[in-house]
Amino acid sequence: MGLFSIFISSFLVNNYVLAKFLGICSFLGVSKKTETAKGMGLAVIFVMILSSLMTSIVYKILVLLHVTFLSTLAFVLVIASLVQFVEMVVKKTQPALHKALGIFLPLITTNCAVLGMALINLQEGYTIMDGLANALGAGLGFMLAIVLLSGLRERMEDNDNMPLALKGLPISLVTAGLMSIAFLGFSGLGGL
Amino acid sequence: MDINNLIYPVIAIGGMGLIFGVVLGYANKKFHVPVDPKIPLVRAALPSANCGACGYPGCDAYAAAVVQCDTTLNLCTVGGSSVAEEIGEIMGVSVESDSPQVAFVKCKGTCSVAKEKYVYDGIMDCRQAIIAPGGGPKACSDGCMGFASCVRACEFNALHIIDGVAVVYKDNCVACGACVTICPKDLIEMVPASQEVLIECNSKSKGKSVKDNCSVGCIGCTMCVKVCPEDAIVMVNNLAVIDFEKCTHCGACAAKCPTKAISKPLKDRANISETATNKE
Repeated sequence: MGLFSIFISSFLVNNYVLAKFLGICSFLGVSKKTETAKGMGLAVIFVMILSSLMTSIVYKILVLLHVTFLSTLAFVLVIASLVQFVEMVVKKTQPALHKALGIFLPLITTNCAVLGMALINLQEGYTIMDGLANALGAGLGFMLAIVLLSGLRERMEDNDNMPLALKGLPISLVTAGLMSIAFLGFSGLGGL
Repeated sequence: MDINNLIYPVIAIGGMGLIFGVVLGYANKKFHVPVDPKIPLVRAALPSANCGACGYPGCDAYAAAVVQCDTTLNLCTVGGSSVAEEIGEIMGVSVESDSPQVAFVKCKGTCSVAKEKYVYDGIMDCRQAIIAPGGGPKACSDGCMGFASCVRACEFNALHIIDGVAVVYKDNCVACGACVTICPKDLIEMVPASQEVLIECNSKSKGKSVKDNCSVGCIGCTMCVKVCPEDAIVMVNNLAVIDFEKCTHCGACAAKCPTKAISKPLKDRANISETATNKE
């Protein structure tokens, strides 16, 4: 499979949020405002690409030591440290973005989309370049989904006709479900 | 058993942990952002209730806002004046403290005195019951339905449903305002804790219909307005309203009120709820 088809696969066809249901927590948590959603999306893309690279390298070391069964544990360690590092950098260089992301930046640590991406790289036997394409697609796919949802949620905020029982999270979950069905339309695209 | 099976995992994970630890430690120094040393001090003075009554998302955010001089120092209702003074000491300014407030439910229409229109059998939550026909099962559409939305909203165990009506347990109330926001009938309001005489009714209906629905409602007879020596009571929408600034707690209105809608509830009701809490 070529790099481009890997990218399209994780970007649209097998979108990490809307088709694989990974990273739902931050998907719903940070999608109230488009501005923060953009920041979160960029942070996830950044963390994904870095951790894809790092996990590939770490996996090579694990293979050398014949301890590949530790890959999940090692990946968690890598991702957690990376997120910590990213948080420090963002806090120093982009205080406004750091304030907007708030608790959700550390929560990327436990964002299963990032760990899922690393483990899928492994499972599919991707090379480092394949893995990077996958990470870029996954990150952009996450950003696409979260920015789309935040736009919809911003508009729904102003809707006074909505029943009280559906306001807030319920209608967001329904919307996310409909978006997921819409993304089902990509299935089979280019035989992916 | 091959000893390498034990050693290699330890080397792999332990080594990674060590390397990441060193890198993060270095990064922490390198990317250190200096914070105002007053922020942790102010944060320590706050009671950590994280209730949001100050209007900021938690005590951390309020502490930061105080130190950056974005806000006043006496917004923490949980801590009250003592915390405000403590923060004032840290910030080096004096604080004039507000009189403490307490939540108050403007209804005394308990099961025995207020009628029900029908038997409600839906979700036991005020915000759900209010969309039922007539704004809930209670005959008086302004009264407390007693489905305990406010009790669940209260994080300080200060509200109880007693005989079908919510009652504030004054000693536990920190005036965070969570119940005020959640009540769909706007029955709960903040009153000065020292206020003894209060109008325990929220009905804006005319006297006749109030009387049909509830025997302790304000029927808008204006007797209290006439009897008050301080002119502290006015009628708004068929309902007596006390001006807390003018009221001297003389109790003339409470004595005159034909339906006993005016009383000294904060004192009496607190005692009721005290016994109720003890029973639980």
